[in-house]
Amino acid sequence: MSTASPAGAAEYAIELRDVRKSFGKTQIIRGAHLAVRPGERVAIIGPNGAGKSTLFNLISGRFGSTSGDILLHGRKIDGLKPYEVTRLGLARSFQVSNLFTRLSVFENLRCAVLWSLGYKYAFWKFLADLRDANDRAEEVMKMLKLDKRRDVQAMNLTYAEQRALEIGITIAGGASVILLDEPTAGMSRSETARFVNLIRDVTAGKTLLTVEHDMGVVFGLADRIAVLVYGEVIAFDTPERVRANERVQEAYLGSVLADQQAAHAGGH
Amino acid sequence: MAHSHDTRPRYRFKPWNVGRWVIWSLFALVLLVAPMVFSAGFAVSLLSQMGIAIVACLSYNVLLGQGGMLSFGHSVYTGLASFVAIHALVAAGAGTLPLPVSLIPLVGGLAGAAFAVVLGFVTTKKAGTPFAMITLGIGELVFAMSLMVPEFFGGEGGVSGNRAAGKPFMGISFGPQIQVYYLLAAYTFVCTAAMFAFTRTPLGRILNAVRDNPERVEFIGYSTQRVRYIAFIVAGFFAGIAGGMYALNFEIATAEVVGAARSGAYLLFTFLGGAIFFFGPVIGAVLMVLAGALLSEFTKAWLLYLGLVFLFMVMFAPGGIASLIMMNLRVAAFGKLRPFLASYLALFGTGVAFLLGSAALIEMVYHLQLGETIGSELNFLGATLDINSFDSWFGACFVLLVGAVMFEMTRRQFVREWDHAQEEIEREIKRREAAI
Repeated sequence: MSTASPAGAAEYAIELRDVRKSFGKTQIIRGAHLAVRPGERVAIIGPNGAGKSTLFNLISGRFGSTSGDILLHGRKIDGLKPYEVTRLGLARSFQVSNLFTRLSVFENLRCAVLWSLGYKYAFWKFLADLRDANDRAEEVMKMLKLDKRRDVQAMNLTYAEQRALEIGITIAGGASVILLDEPTAGMSRSETARFVNLIRDVTAGKTLLTVEHDMGVVFGLADRIAVLVYGEVIAFDTPERVRANERVQEAYLGSVLADQQAAHAGGH
Repeated sequence: MAHSHDTRPRYRFKPWNVGRWVIWSLFALVLLVAPMVFSAGFAVSLLSQMGIAIVACLSYNVLLGQGGMLSFGHSVYTGLASFVAIHALVAAGAGTLPLPVSLIPLVGGLAGAAFAVVLGFVTTKKAGTPFAMITLGIGELVFAMSLMVPEFFGGEGGVSGNRAAGKPFMGISFGPQIQVYYLLAAYTFVCTAAMFAFTRTPLGRILNAVRDNPERVEFIGYSTQRVRYIAFIVAGFFAGIAGGMYALNFEIATAEVVGAARSGAYLLFTFLGGAIFFFGPVIGAVLMVLAGALLSEFTKAWLLYLGLVFLFMVMFAPGGIASLIMMNLRVAAFGKLRPFLASYLALFGTGVAFLLGSAALIEMVYHLQLGETIGSELNFLGATLDINSFDSWFGACFVLLVGAVMFEMTRRQFVREWDHAQEEIEREIKRREAAI
């Protein structure tokens, strides 16, 4: 069984087994099952309030689950703190940009690579001498096309630039499993198209889980789609089959157009 | 990386590097020359106190400016270290502790760090408001302890030592104030450099990240609690050195050194100097000593003036004096400072009128408080005011009101011009960016 095998040999990058989460008396996640293979790109879709963001919060250690198992490369990670999960090679982005506002673009990215390169809490080394950290930060900055904005404080970036930096911080540490929470939220159509390419580039070879409302992005990016409705994964399959799935049509995709219009009108 | 050849640029940043050498050399020079310029005994004593205050305020800013931790109890670490240092000084004088007097501040530093290890463990469990409340609580606790444990704190009289008790080394006995000054100046320089270096390290930068966004820090692999804890110990260490320097300088420690008033002063003057920039607290520290020594000579109401200045800064220049300097340097760098000189003159003139009026009022109210025993007349900057005369009150109110109205008008005009200049600078920056 995968729990016994060493991390590299695990069958699944991420596995959820009957995960449940309640807030007070309300059960938000009601026995979610999901198994994502290494290198797979999975989009999680579902109506508002289905528990998509909660699921991300459970996986990334922001909340503890009420019951069930969450496995990262076959290793149980529920109950771990966010920084412990991050150290095991899982990184996430946020729906609302979550940056180091008063630090420059470069410093944001450099902070994001320090732990993964083993610098920990060092105060006996100069940042300027950390060749590998500086190179990695520069490299990510170029990938994001933010190199011209190197010394601008994060809070002074444009919205699209902040979204790009949000992704950059997530991937800079070289995590093998990436969770992106609505990466294209609030972007224009042309920006979204450019952004999907960016996401594809920076997550090449990694396991990707993304929550997404924009169906164009979902069908363009995902190998498989997980449909989450009322805290349960009701379908998990290739885009074509999910589209054809009657249960999904009934529960979600049938109303998705209206949903999307509302989302665009609300700027959400 | 082992395979890389040295062809890529080293990431030593920008044109600041040359400037940095100049600034640090200047700082050393100022420390060296200051007691020659201000050579009166009183002045050298003030300069010594400034050195101590600089280390204390910089250590406080590791928490406030760099880590976003609002501590109301920093004097716990400077003060307790002062007591440990003075006990060490007594022991060294008695010959029971084989330690040169020049290393006493280091004893203070280790004591400060040790107290931070113990007390900081509780304090840094929380951030934000709970953190502030815990520091306040610990501050009160330690102050109460100081009266309950006379064996360590020496009761009301405090503990005193003698820094000249050791054997003189190469003619240096640390008896004369000037010798102590140079010892303290050396500590000030080394500690300032060390704390600056700290801001350029991985932990120093992650501490900034914790200040800006603790939640995200947890998702890049760091425990915010651990970051705060280690930074708190670092701050405690330097606070302790300042406490040890204090013990050497004054040769006495009383309960007042762990008091809330001192913690408040660190907060107030670090903020006044400017917590955003590394050098801000240095300015604040110099002001702290000047205010305590000189302003208190001029007027009994000096704390009131200090409060007003603080209020004024919080409202109009929350970045402190350092940010005022840096903003003007930026404007000057884009060649736009000259048109503001007239505005500054106007601001200064109306500001002085406003200040004179309010100061006259404050002094008269204070005089009124003191009662009739000293007569109804008082001397205010050479002018004679009479608290029983309508003219004095009217005059003061008039100057105050006219000053206030004129100041506000000039200020509004100035803000408009200033914002306009900032917009032009932003556009200029955008243009340069596009040109790269």
